Amino acid sequence: MSDKNIDIRMAGLGGQGVVTAAHILGTAVVSSGKYAVVNPFFGAEKRLAPTESYVRTSNDPIYDRGEILYPDIIMVFAPEVITLGKSHTMPFYSGLKKGGTVLINSQEAVLSEKDRAGLDQIGANVSYVPASKLAVEFTGTALATNMTMLGALCGAVTDLVSLELVLTAVEERFSGKTKVVASGTSAALDEALKNNFEKNAGLIEKNRTAINKAFEFTKGR
Amino acid sequence: MSNEQKSVGAYNLLFEAERERAFITGSEAVSEAVKRANIDMAIAYPITPQSESMHLVGDLYAQGYLKDYYRAENEFAVMAAIHGAALGGGRVFTATSGPGTLRAMEMFPVWAGSRQPVVCAFMCRGVALPPSIQPENIEMAFLLDTGMLMFHAENAQDYFDMILAAYAITEQPEVHLPVGVFADGFFVTHTREVVMLPPDNLKLDSYNSDYSPVPPFDMENPPARVTRDPLLNKSNFVSYAASASWHQEVLAAAERSRKYIDRFLGGSIEIENGDADILIIASGTAVSQSREAVKAMKLEGIDAGLIKVKSVRPFPEKEIAAATANASIILVPEFNAGGWLCREVKAAIDNNSRVVAGPRVFGGMPMPGEIIVDEVKKALAKSGGAVKR
Repeated sequence: MSDKNIDIRMAGLGGQGVVTAAHILGTAVVSSGKYAVVNPFFGAEKRLAPTESYVRTSNDPIYDRGEILYPDIIMVFAPEVITLGKSHTMPFYSGLKKGGTVLINSQEAVLSEKDRAGLDQIGANVSYVPASKLAVEFTGTALATNMTMLGALCGAVTDLVSLELVLTAVEERFSGKTKVVASGTSAALDEALKNNFEKNAGLIEKNRTAINKAFEFTKGR
Repeated sequence: MSNEQKSVGAYNLLFEAERERAFITGSEAVSEAVKRANIDMAIAYPITPQSESMHLVGDLYAQGYLKDYYRAENEFAVMAAIHGAALGGGRVFTATSGPGTLRAMEMFPVWAGSRQPVVCAFMCRGVALPPSIQPENIEMAFLLDTGMLMFHAENAQDYFDMILAAYAITEQPEVHLPVGVFADGFFVTHTREVVMLPPDNLKLDSYNSDYSPVPPFDMENPPARVTRDPLLNKSNFVSYAASASWHQEVLAAAERSRKYIDRFLGGSIEIENGDADILIIASGTAVSQSREAVKAMKLEGIDAGLIKVKSVRPFPEKEIAAATANASIILVPEFNAGGWLCREVKAAIDNNSRVVAGPRVFGGMPMPGEIIVDEVKKALAKSGGAVKR
């Protein structure tokens, strides 16, 4: 409820790593010396179901938790959040603060005229990022969309957290230094993924490249 | 590994050991507490909605921090088996959520009736009223009179501390009652925040069942004797009298826990700006949301205070009555539709028309500070300026 806070709402589909992205971002923010509180929201865990996560950041201790109703930044991990209403709020940008930022993972414009008018009215700064495309191109899998979305966020928003700290948080997360358990299901999945990563140590490097490419895509736009 | 941990007293672990920052979820905080609690046995039933806590406790077993662990066939089986493990003289732990709590319901009074110091973490979730697996704490209403002690954690830090404190409190020979340590699902269990942790090479002193008021499982002594030959099966005066007096003893044990709650939880309530004319009384996540509301009201020139209820059973009737003696408006925000905390508060204080019942949210809805502020403003308008601002 304070203006110097930066609150980020991430909306996407189950399986895209929306929850993990929030935990990684929170870890990076805390490592910068600021406060962060991260919490997700999802129903029964199933792929493609609406999934949201919320990252609150502040220079002061944060008590507020649960859904972020008035975000400064909205990250849309999948166009379906907008086109199919796979969102916990309708329209997806409801509550966005004046002059807020919207990052949409899509290669083409997906906003309806009504949405565009609504976003214009609050002076929103809307960017499209081909996050899944960049993920596939540089890591070989759309599963890294959450990585490229984080890179794009760092490029688009300069006063939140540095790209370096996000890269460190990603490395820590995949090297097992910090254990980020998004949910019971993903805890089990992580074990399987870890084995894959051990076989394919280059994946962290691929993720770094993908994050950097997404960062460059949004930087200075 | 547990055998590389040094045993220390609960007071040392909770209040004296130096702590370090960790950025973890509430479920991870539960597992960090279990890691340091020197637990003999944990039993899990991993249905949804659960939390990853029992999965993480399973990891701790694999790493050697627990003597035994298994996955039972359902929540009722978990609660029955964990009772058996406690009867046998072990320090035990389990966790459940929402519908799982309800399925296991029959066992909670059994734990209390046999005076077993079972500690169970409840990650409160919706209970099909209508179907929901989102956060709300209505299940606490159903547990108020099961005989267990009930602590409500505001955040992951509380969850860590309260689980360790629960063992310290309940293993006192004059207490020995089950303890439910509650937190609001998602808002605490799935939320990552900074938690201060003592070193993980320390653990609680081991549980000594020789100090139990009821000896470990023994077919010739109570409560096993009672379990084998239930008093109710003998329809005579002596059996009824024995049953009733035993029940009174369960209630008396809860009363005797209060001094240990003061010692190990730092009191059953916490008061912030208690001289204010407007007081908010809350437990769990509603406390955090109320802190935001108090901050926002201060900026608007509205002086409001906050009473955080940490122990729901035993309920701090006297403390709350004293703390609210001079307040004109008492607001009770809750994450459930039933309003159980509001009923408890109303029953504890004089002139309970001062109590504003709400706001209440449920089914996973958020409680932004703004709606608490709105309720206060409505109450102020109704009071027609009779309240000091």
